[in-house]
Amino acid sequence: MKTQRISARRAVVLGIGGAVSAVLLAACGGGSSGGDSAPSLDPNADLSKQSIVVSNWDAYMDPDAALKFTDTTKANMTVANHATNEEIVGKLTAGGDPGIDVAFVSGQYAQALNDAGLLEPIDPNLVPNLANLYPESKNLAFDPGNKFSVPYAWGTTGICYREDLVASPPTSWNDLLNPAPEYEKKTLMLSTQPWLNLPAAKALGFSANTTNDGELEQIKQQLLKTKPTLLGFDDVTFYERLASGEVVMAVAWDGWCNYSGDPNVKFVVPSEGADLWADTMVVLKSSKNKEAAMAYINFMIGDEMQGWMTNNILYKSPNKAVAEKAAAELGADYPNIAMTPADLAKGEGLIDLGEASKIYQQIATEVQAS
Amino acid sequence: MSSATSRGVRRHGDGPLVRALATVPAMTYLVVLMVIPLGLVIAYAFLTAGRFGGVQGPVTLDNVTRMLEPLYREVLASSVFNAGAATLIAFAIGFPAALAITRLPSHWQTAALIAVVLPFWTNFLIRTYAWIILLNREGLLNDGLALAGLGPIDFLYTRQAVILGLTYAYIPLMVLPIYASLQRLDPQLLEAAQNLGAGAWRRFRTILLPLTLPGIITGCLFVFIPSLGNFVIPELLGGGNSQMIGNLIRDQFLKSRDWPFGSALSLMVLALLIIIVMFQASAARRTRRWGA
Repeated sequence: MKTQRISARRAVVLGIGGAVSAVLLAACGGGSSGGDSAPSLDPNADLSKQSIVVSNWDAYMDPDAALKFTDTTKANMTVANHATNEEIVGKLTAGGDPGIDVAFVSGQYAQALNDAGLLEPIDPNLVPNLANLYPESKNLAFDPGNKFSVPYAWGTTGICYREDLVASPPTSWNDLLNPAPEYEKKTLMLSTQPWLNLPAAKALGFSANTTNDGELEQIKQQLLKTKPTLLGFDDVTFYERLASGEVVMAVAWDGWCNYSGDPNVKFVVPSEGADLWADTMVVLKSSKNKEAAMAYINFMIGDEMQGWMTNNILYKSPNKAVAEKAAAELGADYPNIAMTPADLAKGEGLIDLGEASKIYQQIATEVQAS
Repeated sequence: MSSATSRGVRRHGDGPLVRALATVPAMTYLVVLMVIPLGLVIAYAFLTAGRFGGVQGPVTLDNVTRMLEPLYREVLASSVFNAGAATLIAFAIGFPAALAITRLPSHWQTAALIAVVLPFWTNFLIRTYAWIILLNREGLLNDGLALAGLGPIDFLYTRQAVILGLTYAYIPLMVLPIYASLQRLDPQLLEAAQNLGAGAWRRFRTILLPLTLPGIITGCLFVFIPSLGNFVIPELLGGGNSQMIGNLIRDQFLKSRDWPFGSALSLMVLALLIIIVMFQASAARRTRRWGA
């Protein structure tokens, strides 16, 4: 039940949703408005006079979040949905007032938005629940010290595998990149960057964020060598392919192995290491209700909303008490939930690649077209 | 469209002002939703990508020259091949199907036509997703093969799966225009030909085919054009083993933040389609001359 809802959600959000989201969604040019630092926020503002618009991935938060937020703070709230990071960033950078107060974006995109001067600094006085987060989650590579973003969920990337269908569990990215003959055509990789590059980058000992031309060339050569051994690239239904037994190993975001609903599907972070990603909340500088926006972020990293997220999305919570409770209750069934922040923090934080994102995309095109 | 409007207006004896006013909604629609967006795409194709998407100066031809690199030529060739194959298969199935429908009693014709468009009542993604369930190695098709002692065969994540998906998605758009053409065909022509000793093949070649050619070409365009730009089917059924130009364009906008290159690729596809439509128009003109 839970899993079904989640898999539907993920399919909509990242896969199909991404695929069908309008290509020409923003016809206007970019160009970002800088701006002076806003006047400091008023801790005694009357939130009942404020109203915010929050843009999030569909079904990524408690469906009653808006009601509960209004009950708690008296501020009004409207929810908008976006399908992908690129879609919301396109909307926010298109110029003019996007009409959005708080946006959910992955960390590297929060960094890009902040570089464009679009984000309001987080006021820690208005987000007291920050004190309940793991220190590791407050020191993420894209935003050390939560200057402009607050993590909502975090995790890593590894290999999902069928314990009953492999001779021994994979321990290295090379187990998938250069598979034993019996596993050929029984493996999948993610086609979305930077996760397409990640296994090869880590296996070769490079940074997950490398922008070095020579290293990127070596990564590409490895991927071109791996491709004939893959069944395909699949960002959408890979956990179903694992559940059906068509594939025995797949590169996967940690929470997604759980959606297969099959106890034989296990998750491992290979010994060469992986990434550390976070989905964050940011407040737009253009917001006219910043106090309510900060209160919303505070509410979303509180115990109730974080509890909903980790129990329903099966991603790890950066909220210490919630994560420890979830690890105790769910860790046996969903091993990724049991990972400690120390384990997670071994992953390399993903950052905005700027201009190099084009090279990453060109590698993706070349590998898939080969 | 405009000629039909003006003819209708003239019949009522209205003046040029009314006639001009009558075209306002259509012209507004065309300018706002066609001319302006297309102008933007053309302009973007010759600009430089902004850091967060969008465009900035300077004006450049880089996007056009980059398109000519072998990598992108291959993706385009592969897309044309997939879309062309889907069109041919859709024709091979669709023409006999349309012919069979015209031979049915009229109330059965309606039922058959409804059956043809029935899949459109289901969401496109769900229909495509259903093929994943049918084609995968543990899917129904391979289960059937296993009963016969065969397989498993990897149907999913292949070029063939993409072509199948495209054919399935758009085949109703082949059947309907051909059916309409066949409907207009005077059956006495075929009877006369038969009475004069023409065999089945000759009747097909000299009467059926030329007189339904406009419908056939329309059907082929209706299948080919959306197939060429499709990016959902290659992603879901091709698994990255058969990337198409639609995926490439989508990725420029939604992944690599390179709107100018995406615009340039869009223009290339548009140019290709304009050439094909011009060919269709001239073929249709020739057919009308034969018909008259």
